[in-house]
This record gives sequence, structure tokens and C-alpha cells, in this order.
Amino acid sequence: MDLTAGKHNNASPDILTLKLGYRIKRKDFVARTLSDLTNTLERTVFADLYASEPGLLQKLDPRTKIITFFVLILGASLTHHTETLLGLYLLSLVLATLSRIPTGFFIKRVWIFIPIFTGIIVLPAMFNFITPGDPVLVFASFRHAPGIGPVHLPKEIYITKQGLSGAILLVARVATSASFAILLLLTTGWTRLLKAMAALRLPKVFILILGMTYRYIFLLLRLAENMFLARRSRTVGRTNTREKQRWISSRLAFLMGRSYHLSNEVYLAMLSRGWNGQVQILDDFSLGPKDVLWAAFVSGVIIIAIFLEFAWR
Amino acid sequence: MNEPIFELSNVEYIYPGGVRALRGIDLTVMPGESIAIMGTNGSGKSTLLKIMDGLYFPSKGVIKALGTELSERQFQEESFAFAFRKKVGLLFQDPDVQLFSTTVLDEVAFAPLNMGMDREEAMIRVYSALDALGIENLKDRAPYMLSEGEKKKVAMASLLSLDPDVWLLDEPTANLDPRTQDWMIKFLLSLAEKGKTLVIAIHDLDVAESVAGKIYVLGENHKIVAQGTSHEILGYKDILVQNNLLGQRRYRV
Repeated sequence: MDLTAGKHNNASPDILTLKLGYRIKRKDFVARTLSDLTNTLERTVFADLYASEPGLLQKLDPRTKIITFFVLILGASLTHHTETLLGLYLLSLVLATLSRIPTGFFIKRVWIFIPIFTGIIVLPAMFNFITPGDPVLVFASFRHAPGIGPVHLPKEIYITKQGLSGAILLVARVATSASFAILLLLTTGWTRLLKAMAALRLPKVFILILGMTYRYIFLLLRLAENMFLARRSRTVGRTNTREKQRWISSRLAFLMGRSYHLSNEVYLAMLSRGWNGQVQILDDFSLGPKDVLWAAFVSGVIIIAIFLEFAWR
Repeated sequence: MNEPIFELSNVEYIYPGGVRALRGIDLTVMPGESIAIMGTNGSGKSTLLKIMDGLYFPSKGVIKALGTELSERQFQEESFAFAFRKKVGLLFQDPDVQLFSTTVLDEVAFAPLNMGMDREEAMIRVYSALDALGIENLKDRAPYMLSEGEKKKVAMASLLSLDPDVWLLDEPTANLDPRTQDWMIKFLLSLAEKGKTLVIAIHDLDVAESVAGKIYVLGENHKIVAQGTSHEILGYKDILVQNNLLGQRRYRV
């Protein structure tokens, strides 16, 4: 018996090292998206990467965190001054640092979505045809006002001061609210967050559905990713779009069927262990002096924000 | 004389789509017995266990458990369902089906809490089950992060926390590495020593030989084609080959 046989495995047979051109390296858009989505979910949400760090927010009771962050998000949503929002945003950055979340990672996570979601709403609102006002930047001038039918644009298209300040306010509001929400998520971890929501008497069915989604979305994503890998391992060269579409729709149907089957089986497993429609959740939360101090701090921040809002009015 | 735990007579099961899973099943399980239901994939082993656990109900024939005929109406009576679920536990073949809670601790606590135990008693049972299986270190982990062997142990712990008298086990050693398989066999033997009744659906001959006193063979026609002591059935190689439980290659050896 040759126990060193494994050593020879490093020398790949020629067939494995053949260069088949650029096509084999290409990944389908759907496969790439799926893989990235799974990895991101795994790394950031499900792995509870930062929730176990010994940082400031991690040491707080999750119930206190949910209530205080809700208050902070509400405060950010009701603020009318960019300066106050800037202060609250800076506070979120300081809290992230004190909770041992890398600042770059945190900023990226918040700002990566804002241009996509808020930008679409904000962009037209900056122009004079939506928000009239003083011109800041002129884009186009026409001799006659262009229009189709009864709809007419102004002779000049420009960004207005009022539109711009409204856009900045909205973006700042969304960024600050998102920062607090992401901070809560990153420093708490899904399971504790769900339990804290249950402890705060949020509808248990809602929490159960969230919990199940958390439990199974990853499983189904991995399954979908493996289906793409299995297809790629049996495909050489380029396949036509029609074939790809047919394959993707068949896999979607398969995944739906699989998740339906899984849901039936899970329901049976729950019945088998005495499920009677009532959700029972264990929690081991306890409020301490840190929570009281944190709640007092947040109350102070909100009082200052309200005072500034009135002072700047 | 002891009353049988399960008595199945002429049980048939047809899935809603018309697929027949079981035909004319006659089977009796006495308290403290360890029984293996052997059969190839798709022979109806899992369906049979679900019928024994009161999750499916026969399309034809009768199943009696603990002296009572199992029917949908019977399970609508909360007191019966409660008593039955406390006595009979089912380990699903796929641990991803069984482990639906967000953490291992919640998973193991699910049955005791649903059976109306107070929090303190539930926690005692949970920690005792985790300790018995040596998985206390996993209590805060999410089930999807566990290895197959760990998932299987957690699934076992989720039954152990209820400590049922009857254990229905669907392929308990499937997808396990040899060390974890050995552990599982030892664990099943320890349950048998405690007087628990075991009904194990399996197609692994080694496990059946190690744990089961009696074997029922489900054929590809979804009927019981042979029954006897494990010594008798495992010694009758023609039956094993005919029912796809033993490969020709191994048979010749």
C-alpha cells in the first residue's frame, strides 16, 4: 500500500489544466449575483460577525437597544435640519467605532444602498420642473418651452437651491436612519434580535416567520448556488440566451417546489414535537445599569436634537 | 401481558397525487423492542414512520398506538395529542427539516416548552440533553452553521429533552462519518438499555445488526416481504439482494 499516494495528486492531469479560453471563466450574471448574495448574507448578517465583539453596544440588553434605536430613527426621521442630522450621523459613526465595527465597512454598508434607493426619488426633485426655486446649476436652455401635449417643461432646466437642500435633507435623513438600523443589526445578531422583539410583545407569528426566513433562506440560496455550479460543471462553451432562460425558469420552479416540500416537512416536524400554534421563545435578557445609562444618554441626545430644531427654526 | 405500542393491520397509504407508498402492512411493536424497518430508497420507510407518529393517517387499514386507534379526529383532542406527543418522538431523516429554530438552545427547548413545561423544568431538561450528547458548546449556534454530525446530535437532543418512551428514527446514521456513526449506534444501544422502544428505518445492514432485535423488510412493491430476528434476516442474503439491501459484489464476497 502506498500511503504517500496523496502527494502525487498535486500534479494535475493535463486535461485539468487545459486552457479552454475566456468562456470557461465567465460566470452567469444570475449565478454571480446569487453567489455574492449568499456570501454577503453569510458574512455580514448570519455569521453575526460583529455581534460577538466586546464593544459598547454589544454589552447592552437587546430590548433596550431596540427601543432606543427606534427612538433615534424616529428622531432622525422627524428632523428638519441637515445640521442636526449630521450630528446624529456622526454619533452613529462614534458608536460604530466604540462597538468595534470598522468605520470603512460601516460607511460602505450604509452608503452602498442610498444612491440606489434614495437617488432615484431625489434626482428629479432637485430640478426646477419639480421643485421651483433659485437656480444653482443650469443644465439646458430652450428658445421655446419643450413639451408633449398638455405637458410643458420650463424654458430653462436647472437644479434649484430649494430642490438641492430638500434632496440633501432626504439623503441625510435616510443615511442617518439606515446607519442606526444597521448598527442595531450588526451589534445584536439575528437570533437575539428576534427574541428581544418577542420579549417586547411584537406579534409572535411575525417573529416566527422572520425566524423561519432567517433559518431557511440560506439553505435555499446554497441549493440554488449548487444547481448553478452543477450546470457549469457540465457545460462547455457558451449557451444561447433562450436555453439559459429556459434553464433558469425550470430551476425557479424546482426551488419553489423544494421550498414547498420543505415547508410541509418542517410543519410535520413541528407537529411531531407538540406544536399547537403557540410560539414559545426562551430568552435570558436582564437589564443592568449600563442599559439605564444608555437610555439616559439617548434621551439626552433626543432632547438636544429637539432643542436645536426649535432654536434653528 | 404488556399492551403493544403499535399494532398495524392491513395499512395502506397513497399520497394525494396518487403515488402508493405502502400496501397491506401488518406490524406489531411491543414495549422495549428495537425494530429495524429495512428497505431500499422509496420503499415507504419514512411514510411508515410518519404514520406511526400520527402525522399521516392510513388510506386503508388500521393503526393502533398505545391501545388507541390513530385518526385525524383523535389528534384534534388536545389531551390525546399532548399525551401521544410526549410518549412518541420522531427523528426526521433530514436534520434541516427537524432543526427549524434559530439557535440550538431554542431547538432543544421547543418540545418541552410546547408540552407546557415551565421554563425552569424545560431548561433543566435542555441542559441535561445537551450535556448527555456533549454539545453544550453549540447551544448558541445557528443550526445552519453546524456540520451534518452536529446537526444529527442536535436533532437527537431535541428528542432527548422530551425523553419519549418510543423513538421513531428515520435513517439516523445517514450522511454521518464513521466515528459519528459509531457514536450514534452506541447512543441507540444506550436508549435500548434504558428500556426505550426503538423503531428504526434504515438500509444500513451494520446498524440494523448492531441495534435491532427484529427486522421487517419493506420491498420495492411497498409490502413487508420478510420479517424475523436480525440474525435470521441478515443471514438470509438472497432476501437482502432481492430487495436491494445488499449489492451483488458484496454478496459474492
